[in-house]
Amino acid sequence: MKKIYLLLLMGMYSTGLFAQGYEVGDIATDFRLLNVDGNYVSMADYEDAKGIVLIFSCNHCPYVVAYEDRMIELHNTYAPKGFPLVAVNPNDSIAEPRDSYTKMIERAEEKNFPFDYLLDANQLIYPEYGATRTPHVYLLEKEGDQFRVAYIGAIDDNYRDASAVEEHFLANAIDALLAGERPDPEYTRAIGCTIKVQN
Amino acid sequence: MKYIGTITMLAFFAVLNLSKAHGLPASAEAKEVEVMDFDTFLPRLEMDNDSVYVINFWATWCAPCVRELPAFEQLNETYSDQKVKVILVSLDNPDLIDDRVIPFMERMGLQSEVILLDDPNSNRWIPLVSEEWSGAIPATVIYSAGHRSFHEREFEFEELEEIVLPLIQ
Repeated sequence: MKKIYLLLLMGMYSTGLFAQGYEVGDIATDFRLLNVDGNYVSMADYEDAKGIVLIFSCNHCPYVVAYEDRMIELHNTYAPKGFPLVAVNPNDSIAEPRDSYTKMIERAEEKNFPFDYLLDANQLIYPEYGATRTPHVYLLEKEGDQFRVAYIGAIDDNYRDASAVEEHFLANAIDALLAGERPDPEYTRAIGCTIKVQN
Repeated sequence: MKYIGTITMLAFFAVLNLSKAHGLPASAEAKEVEVMDFDTFLPRLEMDNDSVYVINFWATWCAPCVRELPAFEQLNETYSDQKVKVILVSLDNPDLIDDRVIPFMERMGLQSEVILLDDPNSNRWIPLVSEEWSGAIPATVIYSAGHRSFHEREFEFEELEEIVLPLIQ
């Protein structure tokens, strides 16, 4: 029995969290995903961008909700500097009805999102990136036609209270890229909601 | 057996003489929640004795966490006379303890120890719980003398039992 479990565990490791996903320095795959405005969006559409702040996000997760205003502010600050924010909802709408496409449109209108809010409808993009939760940030730097991963992790160090933030991990990472430097740290972690898949 | 478990828990709380406890027990079923920051919580990840510690990170709003809570409760109850210690670490907003967390615990009839981790700088403490942890919940640490494992997944009772049973001394 113990042996069976060990095998199971090894199976999880080989197919699960740690075998897949990007590391800093990897080239990120482009995608073509439905936006809340009804159009399909690819990273290649951001022709003039210096990079993209890709955030796996959703409607229902309290940690995402706590960060929505900060996401809007980040986009408004950094899109003019060449780093627009793009939110991608990786959740299955049957597993989590509050994250359906219709609800995404509602939320985007309620909050007047200035950024694109895309649906990873086939749930193929988030595993490729290695996203495990919402919110989960991938800061991508444009290199020619490609986007290279420059920072993975959290938006900042205090989900509860924006005014109590001590380290603005994401903003600092974008500032570093804008200054021609490497983000430090390149990885951070934050509590988030698991990505919802159908059982 | 459940009755004995309850008494043990009550005795445990009495002995601890909690200084930061919130909420008033309205009945024998009602539980208190101890609120603490990570540094205060850390020793519970490093207890050096002959017990098996099963530490589950959850939140009232996390659907898979809520789904698996009965498995941890069953573990706590089934092995209440063994050296198995189940600790449920809530990551709920501490402002919602009285309005949400305690009513939820009463509704679920939770008997395991519940701690509310009040420490928003999760980037600092997630790797201290486990380097393997991405930050998604549910997540569970199981340890005893000579064993330590981390699981970022949802559990059934039998799956928990299979890990814990061989560790019981």
